[in-house]
Amino acid sequence: MAKKIIPALDFKGDWNYSPAPEDTKHINLQKQYELFIDGKFVKPAKGKYFDTINPATEQVIAKVAEADDSDVNKAVKAAKTAYDKVWSKMPAKEKGKYIYRIARMIQERAREFSVIETLDGGKPIRESRDVDVPLAANHFFYYAGWADKLEYATPNRVSKPYGVAAQIIPWNFPLLMAAWKIAPALATGNTVVLKPAETTPLTALKLAEIIQESGLPPGVVNIITGAGKTGAALVNHPDVSKIAFTGSTDVGKLIQKSIAGTGKKATLELGGKAANIIFEDAPINQAVEGIVNGIFFNQGHVCCAGSRLFVQESVADIVIKKLKDRLETLIVGDPLDKNTDIGAINSKEQLNTINKYIKIGKDEGAEFYQSSCNIPSKGYFCRPTLFINASQSHRIVQEEIFGPVLTIQTFRTVEEVIEKANNIPYGLSAGVWTDKGSKIFNLTTKLRAGVVWANTYNKFDPTSPFGGYKESGFGREGGMHGLMGYLKF
Amino acid sequence: MARLNILKTYKIYIGGQFPRTESGRYYPLLDKAGNTLANICLSSRKDFRNAVVAARNAQGSWSAKPAFNRGQILYRIAEMLEGRKSQFLEELTVQGITLKQAQAEFEISVDRLVYYAGWCDKYQQIYGSVNPVATSHFNFSVPEPTGVVGIIAPNNSSLIGLVSAIAPVIAGGNTCVVLASEKFPLCSVTFSEVLNSSDVPGGVVNILTGKSSELVSHFSSHMDVNAMIYCGNNKEEILLSEQNATINVKRVFVYNQNWMQENAQGAHYIMDAQEIKTTWHPIENIGGGGAKY
Repeated sequence: MAKKIIPALDFKGDWNYSPAPEDTKHINLQKQYELFIDGKFVKPAKGKYFDTINPATEQVIAKVAEADDSDVNKAVKAAKTAYDKVWSKMPAKEKGKYIYRIARMIQERAREFSVIETLDGGKPIRESRDVDVPLAANHFFYYAGWADKLEYATPNRVSKPYGVAAQIIPWNFPLLMAAWKIAPALATGNTVVLKPAETTPLTALKLAEIIQESGLPPGVVNIITGAGKTGAALVNHPDVSKIAFTGSTDVGKLIQKSIAGTGKKATLELGGKAANIIFEDAPINQAVEGIVNGIFFNQGHVCCAGSRLFVQESVADIVIKKLKDRLETLIVGDPLDKNTDIGAINSKEQLNTINKYIKIGKDEGAEFYQSSCNIPSKGYFCRPTLFINASQSHRIVQEEIFGPVLTIQTFRTVEEVIEKANNIPYGLSAGVWTDKGSKIFNLTTKLRAGVVWANTYNKFDPTSPFGGYKESGFGREGGMHGLMGYLKF
Repeated sequence: MARLNILKTYKIYIGGQFPRTESGRYYPLLDKAGNTLANICLSSRKDFRNAVVAARNAQGSWSAKPAFNRGQILYRIAEMLEGRKSQFLEELTVQGITLKQAQAEFEISVDRLVYYAGWCDKYQQIYGSVNPVATSHFNFSVPEPTGVVGIIAPNNSSLIGLVSAIAPVIAGGNTCVVLASEKFPLCSVTFSEVLNSSDVPGGVVNILTGKSSELVSHFSSHMDVNAMIYCGNNKEEILLSEQNATINVKRVFVYNQNWMQENAQGAHYIMDAQEIKTTWHPIENIGGGGAKY
C-alpha cells in the first residue's frame, strides 16, 4: 500500500502576525531590590548586589541583594521569632484570612506580575498571564481554606507545624513556585524563609511587597535572594526544621545529604524526563497538540516536560510529519508579544546547556530536526528541536535537558513502551494518548510517575497533588497531600 | 541410650528459598548460661544483593495483586503464626524473656498482622482523593507502593519488631529485604517458615540475619532499593543511611518505637512506603449543561 502523502502547509507569506506586544508602562520596578526580612526591606550585610537581566534582550532590569550567611541567619531568626511569638499562637482561622488576603492582592495585580514574570524569566506573556499568575493566586486561595481544617486532613492523628521552613525555588515558574511553597507552609502554621532563583528573583520580591502590604506579621515570611551559597546556608541553618526544594536532581541530592542525620524534614521536587506515549488509536491531531504543549510549553523549562516522545510504529510517520508541520507554525521570539509561542531561554548558562545537549544528540546519531523559524539576534533563543530515531541509551534520552528539545522513539507493543518509559532514574510525570479507556488505565497504573496525563498534558491545579517517584524526589505539592510535608506528629 | 535431639539449622530466606549464607560465616547465638543455641548466618553483601533481585522480581506481581487478596494473605500469615505458637514461645523464652512476656509479645504480633491485613484494601480510600480541579478534567490521586524497601528490624526484640516493620510495608504492596535482630534472631528464621507456608509469594519478604554494622551501608546505598526503614537509634548508622540514600534519592524512615504498645501501629506506617500518583483525563463538555430535565 502506498503511503499517504500529506501535503506540507505553506508557511511562507501568509503566516506573519503583526506584533502584539504587551504594554510594560504600567509596571512598577525599582532599580535595586533589598532583602525582605522581618517585614522590612533591608540591605545585605556585605552590601553586595547582582544583576537580574531580561533574557530576551540581555539588558539589566534591576540590581538584587546577595544574602550572605549573616543575612540568612537574620532571616531565619526572624522566622523563628515570628513562629514562637506570633504565628504559632494565632488562631488558625486568622492565619487563613491573611493567606486569603495575599491571594486577592495577587489577583488585583495580576497584570503587573505577568509582565514582570515575562521580563525577568523570558516566558511568553500568554503563559505568565494565563497560567503562572492565576495559578499562583489560586494556590494561596486554596490553601488559605485549609488553615482551620487541618484535623480533617490527618485522620486519627494530631498534627503540629515544624516551625521554620526553608524554601528554595527554581527559575522556571518563579511566582508560581513561590506560591506552591509559601501557601501550604503558612496554612499549616509554619513560618518561611524563601529563596528565589538568582536569575528570576523579581516576582518573589514583588510578592514580598504584597506580603508587607497585607499586614502579615513581620517575620512570618522572609524572602532573601542569592545563589547556591545562600541556599546552602539556609538549608544548613540549625533553626530550620523543614526544607522544601524544587530544582535539579543533583542539587536535591546535595540537600538530602547535607541534612542527613539532622532530623530535618525535606520534600524534594526534582528533575524529570517524562515519556509522552502516543498509541495508534490516539486522536492524532490532539496528540500532536499535546506533544507540542508537553515539550515546548515554557521553552521546555518544565521538570515534568514530555521530553521523551514514544510513538507507536504504525503511526510514527504521520505523527512526525504533523509534528514537523506544527513546529513550523510555532512563533519563537519576543516573550512580551501575545502571539509568541516560545519565548527566551532563561539564561545564557541554560542556553549553553541546551546547545551542549543538541551537539551530544547529533554526535550520538539521532536524526536532528529544527524548525526553520527566525529567532531574534539578541537575547537567548532556541528553535524547537526534534531528535528522531533516538535510542534508549542516548544521553539525550536519559538526561534532563530542560529546553525545547524532544527525543522521539518508536515502539510496537504495550510491554515494550512501559519498559522503556520506566527504564530511567526519573519518575515525575508521563503522558498517554489513546482513545481506549482500558488501555489508559493499564498504562496509568504501570507507569512509575507521580503525575500521569491521559489525553492531555502539562495541566496543573492547586487541588491536584504533584511530585515524583524515584530520583524525581519525594513529597507532594498541591491538594490535601501537599499539607503533609509541613506537618509533624 | 538416650535419643539424640535433632538441632535446627537456622538459614536465611531469599526468594522463597532457604539458602545458607554465601559468606560461609556464622555467629553463635548464646543463651543466658552461655550455651550455644544456634549458629546464625552472617549474611554478606552478596546475600543482600540476591535478596534485592528477588524482591524486585516479586514486586510487580505483588503490587498488582488485588488489595483484597493481599489482605487475605496477611490474614493467612496471622493464622499460620498462631498455629506455631508453642514454637515461638519457646524461641522467645530461650532468648531470655519470661513466658509471660513471650506470650504478650506473641499475641500482639499476631494481632498486628490481623490489624494490617484489614488495612490492605482500606488505606487507599483514606489517603486517595478525587481532586476538584478548575478545568474540565477528571483528576484523582491514589497511593501506590514505593517499590523495594530495605528494613533494618529493631534489634531489641525477636518477633514483634520484625512483624511491626514488615506488615505495613507488604500490606501496601511493596516487597522488602529485612535484616533481623542481631541480638534475637531466632524468631526471624521461624517467621520466614511461617511466611513460606502462608501463600506469600517468594521474594515478597526476604529475611537475612547478620550484623547491621556490616550491612547497613549496603542497604542504604543499593540503587534498586527505593526506600529504607531503619528501626533503632544508632546515630552513626542513621547518619550513614541517610547520607548513602542520596545516591538514588531513597526515602528513609527512622522508627524508634516501643512496638509492644497497642498503638504502635497505624495506616500512616503503610503510607510511609507509598507514593501518590495523580491521573488527569479531560472531560468532554457537550450538551446537558443548560437542559431543564
